[in-house]
Formats: sequence, structure tokens, C-alpha cells
Amino acid sequence: MNWKIWSLKKSPWVFHVNAGACNNCDIEIVNLLTPKFDVERFGIKLVGSPRHADALLVTGVGTWQAAKRLKEVYRQTPKPCVVFAIGACACGTGIFNNGYHVVGPVDKIIKEVDPNAIIAYVPGCPPKPEAMISGVVKALSAL
Amino acid sequence: MAAILERDPGDKKMSEVLQSLFWILIFPGFLFTAVFGLVACWIVRKVSALVQWRVGPPLYQPFVDVMKLMGKEILIPEDAQRTVFLMAPIVGLAGVLLLSTMLWRITIAPATPFVGDIIVAIYLMVIPSLALILGSSASASPHAAVGTSREMKLVMGYELPLVLALVVVIIKTAGLIEPGQQLSLAAISQHTPIFSISGFLAFLVSLLCVQAKLGFVPFDIAESDTEVASGVIIEYSGALLAIWKIMQAMMLVALPLFLVMVFLGGFHFAGCPLARGIGKYVLVLVLLILIKNTNPRVRIDQAMKFFWVYCGLTLAIACLLAAMGNFYHIGWL
Repeated sequence: MNWKIWSLKKSPWVFHVNAGACNNCDIEIVNLLTPKFDVERFGIKLVGSPRHADALLVTGVGTWQAAKRLKEVYRQTPKPCVVFAIGACACGTGIFNNGYHVVGPVDKIIKEVDPNAIIAYVPGCPPKPEAMISGVVKALSAL
Repeated sequence: MAAILERDPGDKKMSEVLQSLFWILIFPGFLFTAVFGLVACWIVRKVSALVQWRVGPPLYQPFVDVMKLMGKEILIPEDAQRTVFLMAPIVGLAGVLLLSTMLWRITIAPATPFVGDIIVAIYLMVIPSLALILGSSASASPHAAVGTSREMKLVMGYELPLVLALVVVIIKTAGLIEPGQQLSLAAISQHTPIFSISGFLAFLVSLLCVQAKLGFVPFDIAESDTEVASGVIIEYSGALLAIWKIMQAMMLVALPLFLVMVFLGGFHFAGCPLARGIGKYVLVLVLLILIKNTNPRVRIDQAMKFFWVYCGLTLAIACLLAAMGNFYHIGWL
């Protein structure tokens, strides 16, 4: 296996982007770092800058305001990187479907920047931390 | 190396150059200190995890992190001052490389002629912070600018107490060391000033200064993830970030080692004293980690006040006690 991909799988640093979420998914993401789930066991670390990140955890539906910023954050993330659409809104706009403020879903916004982006979907409202861990495992084993 | 020596036995210069290169690049220098430092990084993360009742990362985690960063894309901001931005991590690494080589060299072979004394160590210890300031101010990011100004104030805050703490040690050991050797690290590391009131106070203060130099939690103002999004290193990615990480790992070796040499009687390389030396190093490291895990982040004005007022006063008292102890020949003062 390529050493770059191997080391990426062993230490995915994640950056959390809120693209207009209701804060429910964000709380569940923070849950991942608590002693019960402790994702640092697998080398997953929450970092403060997209330039340090290997994966973007995007929550929220992708509003007009957030879409521009989301594209910019994706451009600023060094490749190779994975995008996770966390929650029902990010996966398919959920209850905000056809809302006046909606541009999303997240995969549509990201694909405007990079058609070949790697996107993983974790549905749920909010998804359980177990579901997120399983999503990360599936996405990384598909690399 | 052996082949060159056989071919040209008279040429002493060549072998000396090779010897120094070996010192700097492989054994006590780059390779050894970097590996040691990454293991120390793991100790920091593991002990933090245990304190927080978690399992924590595996031993190879810091190595994999560096490897991964080496394989990532390097992004350079459009408005950045490219040369300074690219050079800063290398300058910082060079500074800490010289510092750790010097400290190990003095530890392993104390009898060698001048390698560097306390003054050189103080200068070399500032270089990583200066490199961080240079690199982040060259990156043209507003978050980095905030981080830079905080780092500069922090440097101004902790440099004075650190130098004063070393002055206490120099006063303390003045009677025990022959004249002319007072600033030599090799001579000072034969004594343990910590077993006296003034030495203990100086040790406490310099432990906190090292905490600030390492950017550990009560003083991680310049790099705070949640406030200024990694502050000084916000714009670095890929291999450049890996160099910063290696630099920080090497600081994690060099600075506690410096404290051990100055206050705790140094490392000695043979049998049982070696184990004792490693024990002292781990003790200092664990103290730093526990301070890191039991304190909230301070504001920059609180940090300045802490270093200048409280640490300054403590050290003034320690200096007086040390001088009195010298004058009246009382060892424990």
C-alpha cells in the first residue's frame, strides 16, 4: 500500500465546518472526543485550521451565506482530503428541502469546486457518534 | 568513514568534520533527538489521556502524524512573503538542533573544550520563538498576526524570569566551582541547586518559563486552537507543518534536559546514573504535563503580570537568599 494513504488512514485530522446547522450535529461531533468514544485512539484529532486538516466534517444544510465559505474552506484544505456530510441536512437538505435560504446539499456545493471530491455521507438527525465512527472507517477503507 | 581514514590517515581535518557531522546529524543531534522527542510527544498525549480517563493514542502516533504531513500538499498563501515563510521552520529547527546537540555533547563528554555555556543556551532557546514570530508574520493572515503579537509579548514576559532564575543558580554554585567556570554547563551540572530554598524557587519559576516556551496550556495563548485557530502556525500545511512538529518535539527534549542539567544535577552516562538521569527527565516532563492538564488558558495580560510581578518577586527573594547563603556559608538557603 502507498505510504501516503497508509499514514493518512492512521492519522486523519479533522476540521469541523458548520454550514448552517442547528448545533445538534455539532454537539454529537464534540461527543466523539469525550472519554466514552475517545477517537484519539485512532489518531483522529480536531484541529483549528483547515490547512492542517485531512477531513472536513460538514454539518448543516449549506445556506447562501455558508456556501461561499464552505467552498473557500475546501479550496484551502491540502489534498488528499475527505469531506464528511454529517446529518440529514448535510446529506440531502432534510426538512429544509426547497427552503428560500438553501443552496445545498453539501455534496452539490463541494462538487462545484472539485467534481472528483471524495464525499462520505453519515445520515441521522443527529447521527450517533457510533454512526460517525463507522462512517469514517468506511470512507477510509474505500481510499 | 573508515575508508576515508585509511586512504588519508594524515588528514585529521576531514575526520574531524565527519565526526562533527555525525554528532549533529545522527547521534545526539537530529536523528536521536527527533526520535526521542516524538516519543516524548507520545508521553505527553498518553499522560493527558490518562488524566482525562481516556485510552489515548498508540506509541507510533506522532511518527505517523509526521509521515502523513510529509505526504500532503504544501499550500502557500498568495500574499505571503514566500522566502521568509519557507525559511522560518528551517531556522527554528536549526536553532533547536544546535541547542540539543550542545546539551547532549556536554552531557556525554563533559571534558571537551568549549562547546557552549549557559549564555549560548539562552540565545539558542529564543531562536524557535523568533522563527515562529517570523514565519507567522510572513504568512499574511489576520489570525497569525494576533498569534504573532501574543507570542512576542509572551517572549518578553518569560525571558527575564528565566535569566534571573539562572542567575540564582550561578550565585548558588559560585563557591563550589573554580573561578572561570561559573557559566559552564558541564561544571554546573555536577551540583544540585534544587536542594535549597532559593534553588527550589528558581526551579519552580523556570519550570513555568519552559511551559511557556513549549506553548503548553496555561501559556498556549499564541497557538490556541479555539480562539485564533492555531494562531502562529495557522497557514502552514504539509511538510512545513511537519518541520514545525519535529521542532516542537525536539524542544520537548532539549528544554527539560536543560532544566535537569541546571537544577537537578544532570545526566550521567554509565550504568545506574543513566537510569537516574532518565528518571529526572521523565519527572520534569510529567510535571510539565500535569501543569498542562490542570490549568485553564490565561489571557496575555495575566501571563505578563504573572511572569513580571509574581515570578519577578519570587526570584528577587531567591537571589537575596542565595547571596545570603553564600555569604554566611549556609547551604540550604
